[in-house]
Amino acid sequence: MIFLKRQLPLAITFVMGVAFALQYYIPHPVSEEAITKVSDWMKIISGFALVLGIASVFHVHAVKIRRQAPGWGYSGVLFAAIAITMAVGFWSGGESKADGAQTAFGWLYDYTMVPLQGTMFSILAFFIASAAYRAFRARSPEASVLLVSAVVVMMGRVPLGQFLVPWTWNVTQWLLNVLNSAVRRAILIGVSMGSVGLSLKIILGKERSYLGGGKDQ
Amino acid sequence: MIFAPLVFFLLLIGGPAFAGPPASPDGFRVFDTPNDAGKSLSLVWKASPSDSKDRTVQVWAAEFPPAVFKKVAEFPSNTRYVRIGDFPWWAQPAGKGDHYVKLPSSQAFPIEDGKPYTVKLLTHEGTQDVWSEAAEGVSAPNYFNLAQVNNLVFVLAFTGVLLGSIAAARRNPHIYLRRIAGLDAVEEAIGRSTEMGRPILYLTGSGGMSDVSTIAATVILGQVAKKVAHYETTLKVPHRDPIVMAVCQEIVKEAYVEAGRPDAFKEDTNFFITDDQFSYTAAVDGIMLREKPAANFFMGSYFAESLLLTETGAGTGAIQIAGTDSDHQLPFFVTTCDYTLIGEELYAASAYLSREPVLVGTLRGQDFSKAFIMGVMVIGTALATAGVMLQTDAFNYFLDLFRDFK
Repeated sequence: MIFLKRQLPLAITFVMGVAFALQYYIPHPVSEEAITKVSDWMKIISGFALVLGIASVFHVHAVKIRRQAPGWGYSGVLFAAIAITMAVGFWSGGESKADGAQTAFGWLYDYTMVPLQGTMFSILAFFIASAAYRAFRARSPEASVLLVSAVVVMMGRVPLGQFLVPWTWNVTQWLLNVLNSAVRRAILIGVSMGSVGLSLKIILGKERSYLGGGKDQ
Repeated sequence: MIFAPLVFFLLLIGGPAFAGPPASPDGFRVFDTPNDAGKSLSLVWKASPSDSKDRTVQVWAAEFPPAVFKKVAEFPSNTRYVRIGDFPWWAQPAGKGDHYVKLPSSQAFPIEDGKPYTVKLLTHEGTQDVWSEAAEGVSAPNYFNLAQVNNLVFVLAFTGVLLGSIAAARRNPHIYLRRIAGLDAVEEAIGRSTEMGRPILYLTGSGGMSDVSTIAATVILGQVAKKVAHYETTLKVPHRDPIVMAVCQEIVKEAYVEAGRPDAFKEDTNFFITDDQFSYTAAVDGIMLREKPAANFFMGSYFAESLLLTETGAGTGAIQIAGTDSDHQLPFFVTTCDYTLIGEELYAASAYLSREPVLVGTLRGQDFSKAFIMGVMVIGTALATAGVMLQTDAFNYFLDLFRDFK
């Protein structure tokens, strides 16, 4: 049992990790084919994993309805939406368009999912405004520097700002291309080193907690 | 005699007109493009002082034995040189300043591996054409990209440094770790949730298990779950990826077992919502507003949903700890969360929380590598600047070692 839970996954991780690290240095089509094949396998595994996800959704919401937990009516709406979408999907043959015309399934997606997604995304504008208000309150010298830079960048990035205060364009470019880029690159170097370090730890079996707890020795 | 200066002047200003017909390209050869996946040929010939924008070079190719030649490329003769930075000095297909043309397979002229092709050049200027000697070449795929050998050497060296650091950490486990406020606050956040009797919300980000940041997030989840098990607090982990959910279920279960509280583990701690970005965001925002978790953890990689999640969490008054390598989302996390693990701190979190000598040792190895990179950046900048000022390529022998050649 310990072989299946520990040694086999670690062996697979090591072999696949080394193989796909080396793949980067091998331009031969055999190497390209291998990575394409593995990507296909991953898609198939993801397909099976979706069953787990759907089972989880059903379990969580069925329990909510059974216990009549607060907001259980929404769980009923979820099941109704799933049932309707599946019925319409089967009826439309899973296609959103047929013979150039929109199917019922396509209509359902375009006129329910897309507006809902758009609504969520558009809320971002208000959230940015409220987050910016909190961040730009000049309580400390650092916050004051942030406030001034933000005002200059905002002025330099919109046509009206550039028209009213032309020098903001150059200052904005300098702030973004020099200060901002330098900090971003520093963060990215750290991220890259950390990412390679963690990958090596996983490939070499030093980091095992992703397998489900246990000692990391 | 009085015409002599005039003739000299005319020769001076109209040099090319009296330069005669274009010469055949010198040293023309065709060979398999090195370090590639095949289906491509490389053409090389010597540069000529009479190369100009008015003189064009046409590439004509045919299968071997030559049947019908096809024109496959045309360009001014003063272009397509081997330039600094195109190839490393240890894998240069031609001398610096030579002409180099890569002829990839195309619909107009498909190139197959293992098949010989004949190529010749036509130099054209005004009304005059000069053909080069025909050269033959066979395309083949390569098993190793020699131009990336420096990259491989550094990866192996980095691996060696990490293993060395781990070995050193085993001998001497007392390694100093600088304090990371965000990770110190994990205990406080869990304690606060316990006191308030509210759940803890933990998100593993938008990535799948192939993302290193998601793996880091799952590793931190294990440490958080262990503490949660001790405090007997409710943990909620909504997911966007079913595979991540399955992995996290195992991690949390094991964490409860390690904490000696397997009875407190609930199967529905981890649950799947949807893989759709904004549907997931709406659902998590709903959980935040209805159940008012006292602590929210945002670990892993995030996209546009980051602010929608954290601003809602901030509105509910929860203590929020974020950790991400998505540099574009960092400003949103810094603005709306109480603590933010920036970039590599996310990867260091498991070592920091577990204090496992092996994991802490790898942090030291990373620090050595970063010090090396910083040294190379300083020396490289100085040498590159000196190279420009002194107009010399000598420093490229050093600089090429640290370039990324595809």
